Amino acid sequence: MTTKEQRKQNVQQSFEDRMEYDELLNCMRCGFCLPSCPTYLETNRNEAASPRGRIALIKGVVDGVIEPDQDFEDQLNMCLGCRACEPVCPSGVNYGHILEEARDILESNKKRTAPEKAVRWFAFDKLFPHHQNMVRVNSLLWFYQSSGIQSVVRKSGVLKLFPDNMQTMEKVLPPIPKPSDLKSRPRHLHAEAEQKARVAFFSGCLMDTMFMKTNDATLSLLQKAGCEIVVPEDQACCGALHGHSGEKDSAKALAKRNIEAFESLQADYIILNAGGCGAFLVDYGHLLKDEPEWTERAKAFSEKIKDISEVLVEMDFHKKDLKLPKRIATYQDSCHLRNVMRTHTAPRKLLSSIEGVEFVELKEADHCCGSAGIYNLVQEEMSMQILDHKMEKVRDISPQVIVTANPGCLLQMKMGIEREGLGDQMEAVHLVDLLLEAVQ
Amino acid sequence: MISVDAREKLKSIVGNENYQDSNEMKLVYSYDATPNFQSLPDAIVSPKNTKEVSELLKTCNEYQIPIVPRGSGTNLAAGTCPTNGGIVLLFNHMKDIIEIDEDNLTVTVQPGVITLDMVNAVEEKGFFYPPDPSSMKISTMGGNLMENSGGLRGLKYGVTRDYVLGLEVVLPNGDIVQTGGKLAKDVAGYDLTRLLIGSEGTLGIITEATLKLIPMPEAKKTVLAVYEDLESAARSVSKIISDKIIPTTLEFMDQSTIKVVEDFAKVGLPVEAEAVLLIEQDGPIEVVERDMAHIEKVCKEMNAISVQVAQSEEEADALRTARRSALSALARLRPTTILEDATVPRSEIAKMVHAIKEIEEKHNVTICTFGHAGDGNLHPTCLTDARDHDELKRVEQAFEDIFVEAIKLGGTITGEHGVGEMKSPYLELKLGEAGVNAMKSIKQAFDPNNIMNPGKIFAKDERKRVVIG
Repeated sequence: MTTKEQRKQNVQQSFEDRMEYDELLNCMRCGFCLPSCPTYLETNRNEAASPRGRIALIKGVVDGVIEPDQDFEDQLNMCLGCRACEPVCPSGVNYGHILEEARDILESNKKRTAPEKAVRWFAFDKLFPHHQNMVRVNSLLWFYQSSGIQSVVRKSGVLKLFPDNMQTMEKVLPPIPKPSDLKSRPRHLHAEAEQKARVAFFSGCLMDTMFMKTNDATLSLLQKAGCEIVVPEDQACCGALHGHSGEKDSAKALAKRNIEAFESLQADYIILNAGGCGAFLVDYGHLLKDEPEWTERAKAFSEKIKDISEVLVEMDFHKKDLKLPKRIATYQDSCHLRNVMRTHTAPRKLLSSIEGVEFVELKEADHCCGSAGIYNLVQEEMSMQILDHKMEKVRDISPQVIVTANPGCLLQMKMGIEREGLGDQMEAVHLVDLLLEAVQ
Repeated sequence: MISVDAREKLKSIVGNENYQDSNEMKLVYSYDATPNFQSLPDAIVSPKNTKEVSELLKTCNEYQIPIVPRGSGTNLAAGTCPTNGGIVLLFNHMKDIIEIDEDNLTVTVQPGVITLDMVNAVEEKGFFYPPDPSSMKISTMGGNLMENSGGLRGLKYGVTRDYVLGLEVVLPNGDIVQTGGKLAKDVAGYDLTRLLIGSEGTLGIITEATLKLIPMPEAKKTVLAVYEDLESAARSVSKIISDKIIPTTLEFMDQSTIKVVEDFAKVGLPVEAEAVLLIEQDGPIEVVERDMAHIEKVCKEMNAISVQVAQSEEEADALRTARRSALSALARLRPTTILEDATVPRSEIAKMVHAIKEIEEKHNVTICTFGHAGDGNLHPTCLTDARDHDELKRVEQAFEDIFVEAIKLGGTITGEHGVGEMKSPYLELKLGEAGVNAMKSIKQAFDPNNIMNPGKIFAKDERKRVVIG
């Protein structure tokens, strides 16, 4: 038997052993998920690119009807993991869990080249889990932007050697904070209004480096809303990138670190401002389901997770005096915030309550923008196709501001504006940055 | 199996990119929404126009390759499962709304258009297309036409069949036929339009359809009546209709269904109730008010605990959407959900509900019932596990009993889901031998080589699985 055949057999065996058959059977193939699936729609209704189709493919491998061939793997990779199929599924199929397990099986049976291994080891084991390393990369980016290298590189045309969206991405990266600003932030902040709650802040790895300003804004809003805040130092990356990329073991280790960091704080809520992280944090119970000593602790942790917008509404922040110069604003949902954390009215409520802001709903705001973690880098073509269709909808309502609630979506919408050449007419901002501007 | 020769011919008609036969594609077109049916096709083909469909059919006829036309694969009777292999025919390149004719009140569509997209397009112009199958957000018009789909509004407005004026059809020999037209009256020869509607893809392929539109009713009102027992709800249905009121919608859900639907949709359904009726009336405002007042009175006379009026269109729509999710929501309870749609004359609905309860106990199975009570079209749904063969046998026996009971009450084995392959063994129960033979001769005349969705409607063997005593 060749190594390739051996690998196929191993994969097939792992699918048989590891996939939960009841969960697969729970999909009764009614097709209610089809209209919610971006890749199904973008492929002119290819059943294979739909949630029902992907579950059928996985079940097909488990049942031994088809082999786990390249088409199968490509199809699973093409899924955005936006999980828009979950809220519309009357049978309550946990598609996200099925997908994650399947990807993990494929990943753990993969033979990677040495450079690939090195890059993954660096990103998943060294970079994201360690704040200090994130700070170092951040410093490099800062140096790139502020030293003059950026303008030299741009002029040199070297960027043309990179794929299109990498070039655009390079353009839309926010101004990177100076290394000296990435100071260790205060670990304890007092409420600036009558104290209504004690909350813990989950700072996130990307949010606490590249988007540090947004994190600062989040803390400030929480203080104004009446929150005492603790920011535990030993917290880690949420593990979402690992989990979605088939690095489940690393994700578990990070989950445990976070549970330990937060569980003794006696916080009413654990707050964050990135839907992508939030969705992973609320699912720690599932991630650690095979480790009974952690299940209860994970559950207690997850129950406290809340998006900043939900907490602000709960504390009547939208009834404060919020004001901005006249503008039309729209909101692009963060898929995981909407489909997993089920938060979608709070951000809209907050936006609508700002005097001067006319909130206009974006058609299909609940459809993914194509960012989806690192999807826009690894599935460039589909991601850009989705983004271009998204921008058509944006053009229909011509807002001055596109508001988002997750760093990935924020960068993607910035890219969309850049690609369409609309930079002089509109901007993309994170909800909390806009709110801080409105309250000041 | 498709020979190399035939494959090359088929590819030359539609282009390589529209002919697919990878394992991946074969697998995802091997099923529809029917449990326990799965079979791989040999290829998946997406024609772009009527001419290509015609050439495809000619070639398939020549090589005797089975053709299974497929919309979005939401069929519940294995009608779109390629149980004899062959090609699955897709309409993803033929999905245009060709015309909305405001002078003749018609809409002309290609088969691949999604039902709801068409409904939205005509409603934008102030027209109304009433058939509303629960899958309307997903289903295609081609599928609706081939299955003669019903829906929640069937009681007052009828089903798909009642809105089809004309068709363009490709016959198995490749001939392209126009039937009917934008005409209110047309008696030129046999009514081929009606013959094709509900033919489940066994006679030909519809490539274009002209549908009747009606003006949008002026007002609409929705209520939810709550009951402590099933039969009071069923008796309310009969009484409302015998009082000469025909509501737009008269939907029924039993307690188990209410619970799972509420769990999913969270619209405030009373989970403690034994049964609810979702009742709607539309028309001129005075008529709606008068009818609804009377309906409320009837429900209360029949021991309804409460009758709540929806306060807004959003609230009403949430209730309708919740009801449409009933079948899929029931899948939460057990791994396999098998649903039937035995239908009885509306006056017999209370007897049928009662009979289903008895059959459930007799065979020791779990049956939840919901459905279009107003038109006698119930959806008894069996919750089971496909891996438990013993239980599955009991489920089959229970369904046989339900079919027999429905026929006894003057009903039918299927009201709106079609016979497909799943119910083919029971067709004779409804039609008798002579009836089945008459239908078989029609099939033979249209499709002598039996390439059009073979194995559907007619049972493969002559062995009758159900014998009436």
